Amino acid sequence: MTIKILGGGCKNCQTLYANTVEALQKEGLSADIVKVTDFAQIAAMGVMQTPALVINDRVVSSGRTPGVKEIAALINKNRE
Amino acid sequence: MMEFFRFLNDQLLKMNWLDDLISLLVENVFGLSAKGRIGGSIHFFLYDTIKIFILLSVLIFLSSLIQSFFPPERTRRILSRVKGLPGNILGALLGTVTPFCSCSSIPIFIGFTSAGLPIGVTFSFLISSPLVDLASILLLASVFNWRIALAYVVVGLILSVIGGSTIGALKLESQIESFVFQPSGSQPEEGNLSCNERLRFAFDQVVFIVKKVWLYILIGVLIGSVIHNIIPEEWVAMILGKENAFSVLIATVLGVPMYADIFGTLPIAEALVGKGVGIGTVLSFMMAVTALSLPSLIMLKKVVRTRLLAVFFGIIVIGLILIGYLFNAFSFLLI
Repeated sequence: MTIKILGGGCKNCQTLYANTVEALQKEGLSADIVKVTDFAQIAAMGVMQTPALVINDRVVSSGRTPGVKEIAALINKNRE
Repeated sequence: MMEFFRFLNDQLLKMNWLDDLISLLVENVFGLSAKGRIGGSIHFFLYDTIKIFILLSVLIFLSSLIQSFFPPERTRRILSRVKGLPGNILGALLGTVTPFCSCSSIPIFIGFTSAGLPIGVTFSFLISSPLVDLASILLLASVFNWRIALAYVVVGLILSVIGGSTIGALKLESQIESFVFQPSGSQPEEGNLSCNERLRFAFDQVVFIVKKVWLYILIGVLIGSVIHNIIPEEWVAMILGKENAFSVLIATVLGVPMYADIFGTLPIAEALVGKGVGIGTVLSFMMAVTALSLPSLIMLKKVVRTRLLAVFFGIIVIGLILIGYLFNAFSFLLI
């Protein structure tokens, strides 16, 4: 599983990163977490609001910072 | 009915109760006159800081709730249906209900442009987005009055429409970096948010924005209180007063490199108006601070070439200067 955190490195992106790591730990899962900070790449994924969370190339949230519980649910839903 | 509205306006928006409370504090606890030089500065500082933080939190909560109904994907869909001038007007209007975080403006720019929206419409949106929003309207009404708040909105929207239309008419598409036009692969499939998620989003926004701007606000209020009671009126009048024909020019040039949002600039504006600076001069200053800043220009430089950036910059600066002189000339209608 690949999880991408999209955003130019603002405060919210760091929170999202930390929440994602925590959600993975809680669920006992492992994944490659990639930070994408390049605007061209972010835009190429169709994302217009950062931070955004991408699980297995699916954009599951953008423009907000979901909490640990919500991320865990999103990971379980988009694992395959 | 009118009385009731005035009561709400004075107590909730202008917070006269807080004004009285701080006056009592300054006079009875510090033993200073609230009208005196030092007492007045302390009063200005405490009153403005508390007022702006209360209003800011409430207003960001409300405007984030509204924003949650207008994600950029939806804005883009709405904008793609209209052409020409109505497109610019709609772009400027939608700019008022969408994020004021400058870190989102570039992905939005790319998202709009790659979807085939005319660059003029996108620029109308990008100009109005930081300039005019619900929170700034109510704060202006609180610090000044409703007529000035409405005038600010109308003028901000007109500047966005004219600025965007001009950039559109100049056919500067070649000035945009080519990667912007690459169609995006997937479309994010963000489902509808539940009521709880919206409330949480709005709450998160309040925390996020207050954390981001509190220092600017304190600095703004500090400068404001120094201007308010310590700097002699003649000095301010000499540089920015109505008699100085270059006052608007100076205010705009001072405002452009400053990076703050309207919340930080309002206390300075308030103090300047108190010193007899023309309302147009103050509006030019506030708009220059919010609409243009070095960080946002650097961001924009990543997606557009120098000539378009210069045109964008030039149109806004000229627009702001014109607005300043017009408002000064017609200020008798506003105060």
